[in-house]
Amino acid sequence: MGVAHKYVFYLGCAIPYRVSSFEVSARKVLDRLGVDLLEMPDFNCCGLPLEPLSHELTLILSARNLAIAEQTGLNILTLCPGCAGTLKKTNRLLKENRALREEINKHLSGAGLEFKGSIDVKHISQALIEDIGLDAIKRAIVRPLKGLRVAKHSGCHLSRPKKYIGFEDPENPKALRILIEATGARCVEYLGETECCGSTIAAIDDKISLSLVREKLLHVKEAGADALITICPACHIMYDANQMRAERMFGEKYGIPVLHYTQLLGLAMGMQPEELGFEELRVNPSKILERIGEVKSRA
Amino acid sequence: MSKDAEFKTSRINPKFRYEVVKVPGGENLLHCFQCGTCTSDCPVARFSEKYRPRLIIRMAQLGLKERVLNSDFLWLCASCFTCTDRCPQGIEVASVIRALKNMAAMEGRIPDVFKVILGNLLKTGYIYEIPESRVRRREALGLPPLPKVNIEGLAKSLQNLDIKRFLEVSAQKSSEAKIWV
Repeated sequence: MGVAHKYVFYLGCAIPYRVSSFEVSARKVLDRLGVDLLEMPDFNCCGLPLEPLSHELTLILSARNLAIAEQTGLNILTLCPGCAGTLKKTNRLLKENRALREEINKHLSGAGLEFKGSIDVKHISQALIEDIGLDAIKRAIVRPLKGLRVAKHSGCHLSRPKKYIGFEDPENPKALRILIEATGARCVEYLGETECCGSTIAAIDDKISLSLVREKLLHVKEAGADALITICPACHIMYDANQMRAERMFGEKYGIPVLHYTQLLGLAMGMQPEELGFEELRVNPSKILERIGEVKSRA
Repeated sequence: MSKDAEFKTSRINPKFRYEVVKVPGGENLLHCFQCGTCTSDCPVARFSEKYRPRLIIRMAQLGLKERVLNSDFLWLCASCFTCTDRCPQGIEVASVIRALKNMAAMEGRIPDVFKVILGNLLKTGYIYEIPESRVRRREALGLPPLPKVNIEGLAKSLQNLDIKRFLEVSAQKSSEAKIWV
């Protein structure tokens, strides 16, 4: 094992509420890659879902998390691009703007906290590519997923707004493709890869958000993919848990298994589906597991 | 012109645009020259009859304050930030729309779901009330306990923000309101 990587782990709200499969599989693969995660000693929502009410509230909520994480001296690692993006944006705004930093610190000081701007925030995909590295990932692959065809959905908040995230090009996001190809699977292209999943307005207008889900799944199906791979809990909820809702609403059948990238990587590392939270998935993933069985028997 | 699209000049508030540019995120409202990149690239606009980011920006520029702040379409922005990244004028379009939502929220015009998640935040630190069944499931899956939230500390950090105003007109009784579809 190479250099040890250590982060403070920021869980967010969506994952413990509905997407444990992402957390289970992410912790397993990160552990296998020698990544050490320290749990947040205190925590609150990153602030993103409340930004429509008050920008200031969002700044305080995210700054509070950053100030707590700073006390550990470690960079933040999070599985949720929404949390990552919000924490990154606040980190940058407060680092660059002294007046704003002082204003927000006034709110935090009442609880004995201070934002100093001493750490960085990384989404798991960024940590995998920039810190852990593709070589280490490839070395950990014991069952290359050759013959498997998957489609990727990177999600908006992984790269937008570019000005604040700055990790990859939002018009042509490559990180997830590169990570998928490292497992030996083929990442097929399809129409509208960068289109939004609609999760943020699911509670406001389900017809619009499920229309976005429908369009995405039809395009993925047309491309002949065995599965859709996500790396965001919110996108995953839309395509997996809400796939049946979309099927009911539009009277169609999509049947696209939706896996977290960390589940795909775990399979390639030789882990069993039951170790990776596959039983939590709503769309039956047996199709893709059978394919991997085929792959294994051919190898 | 349909009746719906008509407006009286007396309904225009010419100072509204200067209110918007003072709200964080609204600063660049006046830079918009109505090219329409935002609307043509908007994923929501493709499936909505009502949601048009360019129109919202134009209404704000013109001073149709009541029409904009009272509209339900304001809340249809999915915050995908495609418009922000593609605006040739460098306007953070989604941030201008968010600033308008913040203005509407200050006047108590808030969809119920936001009251529910704010109420949950103040109670639990999460925007959800994580059900006991999920906590037990975590254990079964071998996951560590949920991160603890110092609720008092959180409350202290928020005490100088007038967030009660967002909850005052709450019509929602249950925290079980549909947060995801």
